[in-house]
Amino acid sequence: MSEEFKVEIVNPEVSFLSKEDVTEVIVPAFEGEMGILKDHISIISFLKPGILTIHTKSGEHKFYVEDGIFEFKNNNLSVLTSSIFDLKKIEKSMLMNLIKVAEEEASKEEIDDQSRFLIDQKIEVLKSLN
Amino acid sequence: MASLDDLKKRITSVKSTQKITKAMKMVAAAKLKRAQESAEKGRPYSEKMNNIILNLSNGVSDKETAPKLLSGTGKDKIHLCVVMTSDRGLCGGFNSNIIKKVKTYFGEILKEGKELKIITVGSKGNDQLKRQYGNKIIENISFKNSKNANYSDAEKVGRTIIEKFEDEEFDICTIFYNQFKNVITQIPQAQKIIPLNTESTDDNKLEDSYEFEPDEDEILNNLLPKNISTQIFKAMLENSASEQGARMSAMDNATRNAGEMVDKLTIQYNRSRQAAITKELIEIISGAESL
Repeated sequence: MSEEFKVEIVNPEVSFLSKEDVTEVIVPAFEGEMGILKDHISIISFLKPGILTIHTKSGEHKFYVEDGIFEFKNNNLSVLTSSIFDLKKIEKSMLMNLIKVAEEEASKEEIDDQSRFLIDQKIEVLKSLN
Repeated sequence: MASLDDLKKRITSVKSTQKITKAMKMVAAAKLKRAQESAEKGRPYSEKMNNIILNLSNGVSDKETAPKLLSGTGKDKIHLCVVMTSDRGLCGGFNSNIIKKVKTYFGEILKEGKELKIITVGSKGNDQLKRQYGNKIIENISFKNSKNANYSDAEKVGRTIIEKFEDEEFDICTIFYNQFKNVITQIPQAQKIIPLNTESTDDNKLEDSYEFEPDEDEILNNLLPKNISTQIFKAMLENSASEQGARMSAMDNATRNAGEMVDKLTIQYNRSRQAAITKELIEIISGAESL
């Protein structure tokens, strides 16, 4: 029996990626990273900033995501996100820019704990990429 | 009757108008293709989003504790209408169709004694509503600078709406836009986004029970604002495709009308030229006869 399932990543402007031969996906879910294999129970959760890794037979593929939600159902994983970048294509200057924006955000005082947590997370992930 | 020179000038001017409308039609056609493509590409996202929300809201058993963005404030007093129009003119009935629909809706609301607030997206709608409902317009958002509809613009509108909702400035929010059916037909649409219409049409909604992490309420709280932006983005995409479609057919008509006008003027020009020649001949002949 094959151990593969389908992944679809869509953002509002375009269907970003669609793969049929995926063996495992590691998603940065809000409450911690989560590995999803075939026949996982139906689940809905949202993402925090982090690295989304897709394993296929031919290798792995990494993406940086900022937010979004995902749904797994009938061996079909749909990730909805408004900000996703292919790690292979992401450029240094873009990365620096993202960090700068995030740090500016973090320096504001009036944000609540949850968004502060998310921003700190974002900066951490971005710096680790750098 | 106009002199020959005048006629000639008019013919040239109509011809150059025709050239312009023809060029505009071509531009609109090219833009339409792009707008249509992006509308199609954007569809999966909003559909998936909708599905997830439907699934989630079915999981929320207690309507009392449900997030307000989903269930509304329970009141029905203040209506917020987001009217989406174009920033540029010369697109036929595109804007006036929306405005017509909107005005009927406004009339109903005001007749029922409810309060009305308006946000206009796109400057043309603002221009048309200003006269009658100027004091009701609380905000005018325009994206003249962005070339295509993009998501961050939609997010801006979404955020404004959510902020106003959280400040309890309104109870019900409806967006108005033109749905793109084909190049000739655009259908003005009214869509209620707060509270959300969760009556699902498909029958398989209960087949699945989901696991949620964290719980439903928290996901919903996170998701609903996004959904509003998504719905607005969808409306923006539909609207921009419709705008280009409407402009294309309007300009096509204009080109055709200009062509007809040129034909008519040319006939008139030739006739009067001939009349002038005949007149001269008569003068010469009668002059020769009198000798």
